[in-house]
Amino acid sequence: MDDFLWRALMGGFGIALVVGPLGCFIVWRRMAYFGETLAHSALLGIALGFWIDLKFTLDLTLNTLVIQATLAVCIGLALLLVILQAQNRLATDTLLGILAHSALSLGLVTLAFLQSEGLRISLDAYLFGDLLAVTQSDLYWIYGGGGLILLSLGFIWQSLLSITIHEELAQVEGIPVTWIRLAFMLIVALVIAIAMKIIGILLITSLLIIPAATARRFAHTPEQMAIFASLIGCIAVALGLYMSWHWDTPTGPSVVLAASLLFILTFK
Amino acid sequence: MPSTKSLLVQVHDVNVQFQQHIALQNVSLTVERGEIITLIGPNGAGKSTLVRVVLGLLKPQTGHVFRQNGIRIGYMPQRLSINPVLPLTVARFLNLGNAKKNAILQQMLEEVGAANVLKRPIQNISGGEMQRVLLARALLRSPDLLVLDEPIQGVDITGQYELYELIAQIRKQRGCGILMVSHDLHLVMSATDYVICLNQGICCSGHPETVTQHPAYLKLFGARAAQDLAIYTHHHNKDIKNG
Repeated sequence: MDDFLWRALMGGFGIALVVGPLGCFIVWRRMAYFGETLAHSALLGIALGFWIDLKFTLDLTLNTLVIQATLAVCIGLALLLVILQAQNRLATDTLLGILAHSALSLGLVTLAFLQSEGLRISLDAYLFGDLLAVTQSDLYWIYGGGGLILLSLGFIWQSLLSITIHEELAQVEGIPVTWIRLAFMLIVALVIAIAMKIIGILLITSLLIIPAATARRFAHTPEQMAIFASLIGCIAVALGLYMSWHWDTPTGPSVVLAASLLFILTFK
Repeated sequence: MPSTKSLLVQVHDVNVQFQQHIALQNVSLTVERGEIITLIGPNGAGKSTLVRVVLGLLKPQTGHVFRQNGIRIGYMPQRLSINPVLPLTVARFLNLGNAKKNAILQQMLEEVGAANVLKRPIQNISGGEMQRVLLARALLRSPDLLVLDEPIQGVDITGQYELYELIAQIRKQRGCGILMVSHDLHLVMSATDYVICLNQGICCSGHPETVTQHPAYLKLFGARAAQDLAIYTHHHNKDIKNG
C-alpha cells in the first residue's frame, strides 16, 4: 500500500472516530446549523492564515498557520454568538445566518485581495477536502487534537447529556451550564479546524450528522450511539477512499456519499 | 415570624421585569420545612417566573432571595420533551440526576406509581408517566425543598387525585417543604396549607378556604369557580398547618 494512501486512511479514521460522538451531540442538541456556521467561518480563518504567511515571517508551516488561524476564528465566532444570544430580539438561527455568511464573505474578499497581491492558491482542498493529500503534520493535528477532543468530551459527557435534556433542571441539580456549553462550542471549533482539510469546510457538518443519524436505529444508549457513529464514519471513509482511488472522484464528497449510502441502506 | 431552623427559602419584595413587561411586582414568599405552598394565578401571572427566582435560575432586578445554606432542591419542570433521536431509557434519565442502583430507581418509581417504565425508552412513556418519572427524579435527590411546576399536567383525572395524594404523603413522610404551581384550583386545595394567588403581584394569600372567599380571588377567577371549589375543600387536612 502506498504511503499516501495509508496516511489518507489513518487521517480519515482519526476524523471519523472524533466526529462520531461529537456529531451525536450536534444531532441531540439540534445544533447542525451552528456547526455549519463555524464551518463557513473557517474560510475566514484560512484567508487569515494565508495572509499571516504572506506578510510575516514566522517559524510555522503554512499548514499549521492555517489550522491555528481557523481555530482562532471559530472560537471567536462561538464566543460572539454567546454574547449575541444574551439579547432576545433575534433568534439564534437568525444570528447564525448573519454570522455564517458575513464570515464567509469576509474570507472570500480577503482571499481576493491576497490573490491580487500575487498569492496563488487553490481553494478546492479546503472547500471539499483532500484526503489523499494528508501530510504527516496533518496526522499529528488529527490525532493530537482528536485525542484532546475525545478526552474533553468524555470529561463533560454526563453534564452535557444532562443539559441537552433539560438545561434548567440540570442547573438546579448543580451543573455549571454556561461552562459546559462553552466547552462544547470550543470542542466543535477544534473539530472544524482539524477536519476541514480532510473533509472540506462545505462538507464537515454532513460527517457530523449523517453517521450519527445512521447510528440511531442500532443504539439503545447514548454511548452506543456515539460508538456506532464512529464506526459508521470509519466505514464511510474506507468506502469513500476506495471510490476516490478507483474512479478518481474528489475524496470529501466521496466519503459523504458513502455515508449517505449507509444511511439509506439501513433506513427503515 | 418563621424560626430560622425550618426556613428553607425566603423571597422578599422581589421585582422582575422583561423589557416593558412587568412579570413580578413586590412579591414575597416563604417556604418552610413541612409545608405545602401553592401558587395559583391565570396564564401569564408570573407563576413560573417566581419559581425560577426561587430556584436561583433568574436574578430579580430588585429584592432579596434567601436560600438556607446547603439545602438540596428537587425540581420538577413544567414539561419535558426529549428529542427522539436521543436513545435514553427512563433508568438512564433518572441516573443523570443522581447515580443510583436500578433497585433503588425501581423502588422510587413504584412509590410514585410508575412501576413499569424503568427499562423503557423515555420517549415512549405517556404524559402521565412522564410526570411521575420527573417527580421520581426530583425525589431521588432527597430534597429539602421540592419545587413542582404544574405537576399534574397531562395526567388523567384519577391520576390527578393520586398525584396530589402522593404529594401530601411525601410531605408527611419526608418533612420537606413543597412549592407547587397550579392553575387548576379544584384538586390542589385538598393538598395545600397555604395558597398564594398571583397576578404580577400577590393579590391575596392565606389558607385555602380564606383565599377562595377573598374578593380579589373571586374577581380573578369568578364566583363560579369558587362555588365549584366548595365541594372539594372538605378534603382539606386541618391537622397539618402552616408554620
